[in-house]
Amino acid sequence: MSSKYKKSLLVCNGSSCQKAMNIDLVQHINDKLKEYGLDNEINAILSVCFNKCSIGPNIIVHPDNVEYSTVTKDDIDDIIIEHLLNNRIVDRLVYNEINEISGTSKKQYRIVLRNCGFIDPENIEDYIELKGYDALAKCLTEYTPVETIQEIIKSGLRGRGGGGFSTGLKWEITSKSEADQKYVVCNADEGDPGAFMDRSVLEGDPHSVIEAMAICGYAIGANKGIVYIRAEYPLAIKRLKIAIDQAREYGLIGKKIFGTDFNFEIELKYGAGAFVCGEETALIQSMEGLRGEPTLKPPFPSVSGYLGKPTNVNNVETFANIPAIINKGSEWFSSIGTEKSKGTKVFALAGKINNVGLIEVPMGTTLREVIYDIGGGIVNDKKFKAAQTGGPSGGCLTEKDLDLPIDFDSLSAAGSMMGSGGMIIMDEDDCMVAMARFYLEFTVEESCGKCAPCRIGNKRLHEMLIKLCDDKGTLEDIDLLRNLSVVVKDTSLCGLGQTSPNPILSTMKNFYDEYHAHVVDHKCPSGQCTSFLKYYIDREHCIGCLVCARNCPTNAIFGEKKKLHIINHEICIKCGICMDKCKFDAVYLN
Amino acid sequence: MDTINIKIDNKNFQVPKGTTILDAAKSVGIKIPTLCYMHLHDLNVTHKPTGCRICVVEVEGRKNLVPACATECMPGMVIKNQSIRVLNSRKTVLELILSDHPAECLICPKSGDCDLQNMAQEMGIRHYYYKGEQSTYIKDRSAAIKRDMDKCIGCKRCLTMCNDVQTVGALSSINRGFMSVVSPAFQMDLAESVCTYCGQCVAVCPTAALTEIDHTKTVIRHLADPSKTVIVQTAPAVRAALGEEFGYDPGTLVTGKMTAALKDLGFDYVFDTDFAADLTIMEEGAELLDRLTRHLNGDPTVKLPLLTSCCPGWVSFFEHHFPDMKDIPSTARSPQQMFGSIAKTYLADKLGIKRKDLVVVSIMPCLAKKYECSREEFATDGNPDVDFVLSTRELARLIKQAGIDFNSLEHADFDNPMGESSGAAVIFGTTGGVIEAAVRTAYEVFTNQKLHKVDFEQLRGMEWIRESTIDFNGTPIKIGIAHGLGNARKLLEEIRAGKSQYHAIEIMACPGGCIGGGGQPLHHGDSNILLARQKALYSEDKSKVIRKSHENPSIKKLYSEFLGSPMSEKAHKLLHTHYFDKSNNVEITKN
Repeated sequence: MSSKYKKSLLVCNGSSCQKAMNIDLVQHINDKLKEYGLDNEINAILSVCFNKCSIGPNIIVHPDNVEYSTVTKDDIDDIIIEHLLNNRIVDRLVYNEINEISGTSKKQYRIVLRNCGFIDPENIEDYIELKGYDALAKCLTEYTPVETIQEIIKSGLRGRGGGGFSTGLKWEITSKSEADQKYVVCNADEGDPGAFMDRSVLEGDPHSVIEAMAICGYAIGANKGIVYIRAEYPLAIKRLKIAIDQAREYGLIGKKIFGTDFNFEIELKYGAGAFVCGEETALIQSMEGLRGEPTLKPPFPSVSGYLGKPTNVNNVETFANIPAIINKGSEWFSSIGTEKSKGTKVFALAGKINNVGLIEVPMGTTLREVIYDIGGGIVNDKKFKAAQTGGPSGGCLTEKDLDLPIDFDSLSAAGSMMGSGGMIIMDEDDCMVAMARFYLEFTVEESCGKCAPCRIGNKRLHEMLIKLCDDKGTLEDIDLLRNLSVVVKDTSLCGLGQTSPNPILSTMKNFYDEYHAHVVDHKCPSGQCTSFLKYYIDREHCIGCLVCARNCPTNAIFGEKKKLHIINHEICIKCGICMDKCKFDAVYLN
Repeated sequence: MDTINIKIDNKNFQVPKGTTILDAAKSVGIKIPTLCYMHLHDLNVTHKPTGCRICVVEVEGRKNLVPACATECMPGMVIKNQSIRVLNSRKTVLELILSDHPAECLICPKSGDCDLQNMAQEMGIRHYYYKGEQSTYIKDRSAAIKRDMDKCIGCKRCLTMCNDVQTVGALSSINRGFMSVVSPAFQMDLAESVCTYCGQCVAVCPTAALTEIDHTKTVIRHLADPSKTVIVQTAPAVRAALGEEFGYDPGTLVTGKMTAALKDLGFDYVFDTDFAADLTIMEEGAELLDRLTRHLNGDPTVKLPLLTSCCPGWVSFFEHHFPDMKDIPSTARSPQQMFGSIAKTYLADKLGIKRKDLVVVSIMPCLAKKYECSREEFATDGNPDVDFVLSTRELARLIKQAGIDFNSLEHADFDNPMGESSGAAVIFGTTGGVIEAAVRTAYEVFTNQKLHKVDFEQLRGMEWIRESTIDFNGTPIKIGIAHGLGNARKLLEEIRAGKSQYHAIEIMACPGGCIGGGGQPLHHGDSNILLARQKALYSEDKSKVIRKSHENPSIKKLYSEFLGSPMSEKAHKLLHTHYFDKSNNVEITKN
């Protein structure tokens, strides 16, 4: 930390930590610091996710490296008085236990998030102190554009946005496209449910992306960069703007950078939060002011993109790797990871896992390490059932995949995909049919509607899944579901529709018995689909008081006084009033 | 030409480099079904949004199926058009589209002429496997066009016509996913939008999502009313296209049969809009000569070029988009409205009946004409000069409904006094025709010399924008022609920028002129049909004894008996009009 402050309180920026208190925690701490007259020495800044969402809000005191969890508004005074003024750690707020069990940091390796949480993102000096803009200087003064591209190709970096295409090759194709104007586009339209690694990078280390875009611009021959960012990321936008202004002020973007003939400017364009605009051709349409609908590839953006000019589109996480690769060399980068997937990957852990939040691990880390070593295992020690990777486009990994080294190719082979790095852990209580339904609901909402299979097909898939979960499905529905899933995948125009049936196909492959149980046995094995539950009256407990029968709105309960009552399931609407009214706990669900 | 080798369904073919899979297959006799795709080759309009996914084929080495309409053939490409994977995908996608389409073919106005219905037949769809919610929207009825978006299949052909070809910009896609649909902005009604009612969206809509407002029932009611005298006028482009609805080849002239059919339908008099077209030339020609003469005499206030004004779609277009130039077009009314105006004055007097008892029906190739006749300035005391407009398609329906065997009808002639016309009037129905007709008359009046060669080949054709200089006996007159409103926009922008060199410009809203109007039998993407219709009109012109408007004896009689001379006070009142600034006409009234 190079800033003027001696200490900083880093506040986790994860959604749950931010939402845990109804106040702006950073502002609150800074106000408090001012009260204590410490505001010139110590400050509070919004940092990156600390991967401990379940025990948030979390605060780290830097550089003391003390982490406080479950912090409330009133704890701030304690932390200031005890820790900051008297150098005494507030033990009651330190969750050693979890830290020890999880060992969250041990298996992690930070490249993308290297600076997040450790620098003041609104102060360029912080970034420069940590070798910031060295990589750009190195490229401009030591490497030719071709050498720069070669370095990226040699590093083996693959796009972190979902597709996993070689970043270097993409740069090379764009560099070889002849045009009077080219563009570098940063795709910051992060849309996978639960994923927020791109936001974290932009909020915590915006200069790394700016530097990388300038390097890309130099390599491919573009003097203009555009960050397409969703307008729902106001803090990321604010910090990017500050960072761009500071970089311009320092001459790190603008004209004649580092005294060379290379000019580079960056502007922001805002997305309205459509998932499909993360698809690069739809993103370009949206940037041009058109409706965010994908177009047919080829032509690829590298040949004809924004305003018809060659355009290199990479996502935030991909760019964040670039300065590190240039600084430390492609050999270093390619030494991390697996044979075909180099470097690290940031995952957003969520679901039934103890430590939810962002993690960054080397490619090749196994699912078991992620779940048990870093994630602290399944909540309440339940049995692990599946991990959904790749968000709504991905598939699920099961117990048999626990020792699978996670990389682009192993995930594809297992019927899932890397995607942008969402990872949702499910336990024995989760119904896989309901899980597929959840993702299809998302896809139906986010389809742009341009092509028929995605527009109508996903809607029908979703409807069939609802039918299954509502105990109205038939075996024929399962056949139709499978056929339609394959056709939607095969015929859709863009990546959204080409992957949206994956959650269905993958759960059908791994958990066919659950689908079968829903339609043949009329049962939801996990018990999550409540439509399958029926109310019963226990012979032992019922005293025949008639209270349930009198209160039943559909007269579904039969029975005489002092005799056992029976529920007619044909008439029962499962409102649960009988259960509420019974004083003898005789009504139960099964 | 460079060729490449490809393989389709295990057969080797040589096709030109740069060809799409669809075109390559077509060139070797292999049919790949298409739905959203549209290609009007003579007009250079291509629409391939790759949205319907019906034309998908399998290409070796590609992970997913690819759309044949937009995928270029590569050397050595191995394509499968008949694999189970392809056939199942196409059928499933079509079943999906049908699952979100009202199953009311029996009572649908498009039944029998619907691309979706035809495709369901071709693919042998016999069962709705995929059932579920259907997307429904509020129906929208304007003066000319009905929008029933429940039937929209999202092909977006209408968007290409409205935005790219016509540059009107009334339609765009709104909403997301399942509820995405084509609509005017903010879900306004078409009537509140900048729509010109050119009807090109209707002309290309594969289903009944966009149709004309049907007036056949109302017309039948009036025909059955003994207190009314119902007369009909037929536009020149109708006779070159009506036959298509009865199995005749495109370009077959059915003037005599059409007249006979109209008489059988019970119209009291069957007249010809061509008569009014000759009248238009008298007025518009006089206006052109007036402006031209004043211009040549050095009058700086005179506005040139003169723009034709017979096309109501075009009139709406400049009222909406170029209101600052509304004093440039000719003030002459369109032939339809001149006919109505004369019929309800001159003819009504002659027949000795009251204005309100005379019903004027028009048969038009056009949907904008439905809107034009409803404009307030074309009514006297609330009684419109033209009461109802039927499109060519509606007339065909009316004939079928009446049980008339069109094909065996004997030829009949138009009635008088408003049935006689010149060859100049017939060619009003094609792009370039109005200006050619005007030149024939203007030349003789301007030069006082007889025009020996009346065919101005240089003004004919199908190119979007054409220009020619005609020698008026030593005075070069520069003529411009544009069809399609997008091309009109280009010429108007030239005029606005002061770069225009033209003395007169003919503009038609529809591609090809009226022969390609929004009310014509559907061309289903075959622009050869437009060429055939065009040829038919020029041949009818050639077969006429009188080929110049000012030589039409009925017209001469009309001026001597009633109007006096062109541009007279009476002519001004009955045959000329004025235009409105509609640029601020768009109000957002809905939530």
